[in-house]
Amino acid sequence: MMKVLTANRLTDGIAVWLGANGRWLERIDHALIARHREAVDALEQAGQSAFHDNLIVDVAVIDVDEVDGEIYPIRLRERIRAKGPTFRTDLGKQAEFQQASAA
Amino acid sequence: MYRYDEFDHDFVGQRVAQYRDQVERRLSGEITEDAFKPLRLMNGVYLQLHAYMLRVAIPYGTLNSTQMRRLARIARDYDKGYGHFTTRQNIQFNWPKLSDTPAILEELAEVEMHAIQTSGNCIRNVSADHFSGAAADEVADPRPYAEILRQWSSNHPEYSFLPRKFKIAVTGAERDRAAIQVHDIGLHLKRNEAGELGFAVYVGGGQGRTPMIARKIRDFLPEADLLSYTTAIMRVYNLNGRRDNKYKARIKILVHETGEAEFARQVEAEWDKLKASELKLPDADLRAIAAYFAPPELQDRAEGWAGLAARKKDDEGFASWVRQNVTPHKHPDYGVVTISLKPIGGVPGDATDVQMEAIADLAERYSHDEIRVSHEQNLVLPHVALADLEKVYHALLEQDLATANAGLITDIIACPGLDYCALANARSIPVAQEISNRFASAQRQQEIGALKIKISGCINACGHHHVGHIGLLGVEKKGAELYQITLGGSGDENTSIGQIVGRGFEPEKVTDAVETIVDTYLGLRESAEETFIDAYRRVGPEPFKEALYGKTSRAA
Ligand code: HEM
Ligand code: SF4
Repeated sequence: MMKVLTANRLTDGIAVWLGANGRWLERIDHALIARHREAVDALEQAGQSAFHDNLIVDVAVIDVDEVDGEIYPIRLRERIRAKGPTFRTDLGKQAEFQQASAA
Repeated sequence: MYRYDEFDHDFVGQRVAQYRDQVERRLSGEITEDAFKPLRLMNGVYLQLHAYMLRVAIPYGTLNSTQMRRLARIARDYDKGYGHFTTRQNIQFNWPKLSDTPAILEELAEVEMHAIQTSGNCIRNVSADHFSGAAADEVADPRPYAEILRQWSSNHPEYSFLPRKFKIAVTGAERDRAAIQVHDIGLHLKRNEAGELGFAVYVGGGQGRTPMIARKIRDFLPEADLLSYTTAIMRVYNLNGRRDNKYKARIKILVHETGEAEFARQVEAEWDKLKASELKLPDADLRAIAAYFAPPELQDRAEGWAGLAARKKDDEGFASWVRQNVTPHKHPDYGVVTISLKPIGGVPGDATDVQMEAIADLAERYSHDEIRVSHEQNLVLPHVALADLEKVYHALLEQDLATANAGLITDIIACPGLDYCALANARSIPVAQEISNRFASAQRQQEIGALKIKISGCINACGHHHVGHIGLLGVEKKGAELYQITLGGSGDENTSIGQIVGRGFEPEKVTDAVETIVDTYLGLRESAEETFIDAYRRVGPEPFKEALYGKTSRAA
């Protein structure tokens, strides 16, 4: 089992993932992966409390895999959230973080 | 065009101020998401996959150049340089920040626009024939009635908590370009034998998971009775519509479950009580609203004819654009220009800020400052002199807006689908792009003729797939995208709902399947004059099933 916690940021709606450092990150790469039931519970609790703190909305725990050391969401929907529209690679995360991932 | 009066300005201004306060309180944590969500939706703000989305109302699809320029500016300053024109004659921005939305609504209010009633269980933006007030085949301009309905329904307490959303469409011509039979109420404006104006009233059409064709419950409703009769319909619906189940809450289900005759009887009974009330529209009011929509003063420009013929001879591209994208105007020296937002391989309905500004300039110079949004996700310049067509064409060409494909196979409707939409099962836009690329050849498109492909990314049917001649519906099967094909749908005066042809196709196979269907049609049509939909109605689904699945799997 591998899961990460995702949501949209309240102020601008941008997709974010909960990082290992407890911060909400704009890209999925360094999201905290929960690998067993207790860890998933902890993610869910973290989501609840961030929601109540009005940091994020639409919280969800999603299924992921690890492919070549990178987090790979199982559902296409989540892959699109993590990258941006598939037909416009100039938009979304895939555009904003191009530099970083090329480096 | 309708201009806001003091009341409208106050109303919209107050609403923006209220909303600004609501957003501030939300951002400071004073109100919860549960309390805030319905408030933002009442102002057109949704949350999508990547960001918030703002849906701006374009009442009956009519815009002036100032408004279009403002949409362009919003796209540039608050979004990512483009907007998406939708099948509801609205525009959607895909990337606004919640914290910017009050400022955007202020910018809109300055040019008499808003996002009110673009969401929620209320009477939504009333849509209309995009050629209203211009088309040669029109009996009368239906937009004044759409405006009356807008004023009456805006913030109306009786209609703020309907069982479900409610969509009204109006047309003023026999040829239905507004798909009125798949709306909750469809109004067809016409004249009776005495020459008086009134409406054929259709009720209970809709798409979504249970597509239904509206029933005509009255053949002629005098124009003065528009509001009393609509109120009667709304009261029967408000009282009896099913609030227990979201999927059964639209009026189409009520009409279906009650039966057409009984439903009509209930409406008439209710109407009896309202007919003579203050809802009866005084003639002076009707004429006052109609005056806002008075046709522009069009000077005779007969010189256009000769020039046009000569230019068409010289320039094949121009000739085919005129043939495909220019339709007859009431005034013989003018034409109605469809600006295709469907470049080959492009995103249906998207326009950049620069394109919007170019279109605004053209409207100002050549179309009496008017622009329309069509439910087919194109834009329209309604009043262009034939003498000016060439200049308009060249200006559009520069902006990649002169694709000569209105009504052809590459003029595809597609909803945002899984690339943006939180409810989606599958992508729509990339499928549209691939089909468009496959049929890129102008010659091949001409040969195929009128053919409407419509694509939705889930059963909500925002992309009108049920009424596509070829409809594609994205579903999710075992975690992957699959496209179900329907054939024989149509959203005009001969409305029909498409039938599923068989098992679905994977993304990489769906374009081939569409091509197989088109080739099958070309092989069996009686002549080039027999359109796809006519041929389908003659032969039925069998030849297409056989071509797609082979003889053996006919049962599929
Ligand atoms: C934020 C994205 C959207 C959401 C959440 C959304 C939601 C929905 C839902 C839930 C329905 C089904 C209603 C029912 O059956 O009761 C629906 C129908 C529809 N929507 Fe959307 N939609 C979205 C975008 C769009 C867009 C972009 C368009 C125009 C291109 C559109 C136009 C329509 C139309 C024409 C229908 C079918 C007509 C009917 O109401 O029966 N929607 N939408
Ligand atoms: S049809 Fe479905 S996927 Fe497409 S816009 Fe509507 S809700 Fe979204």
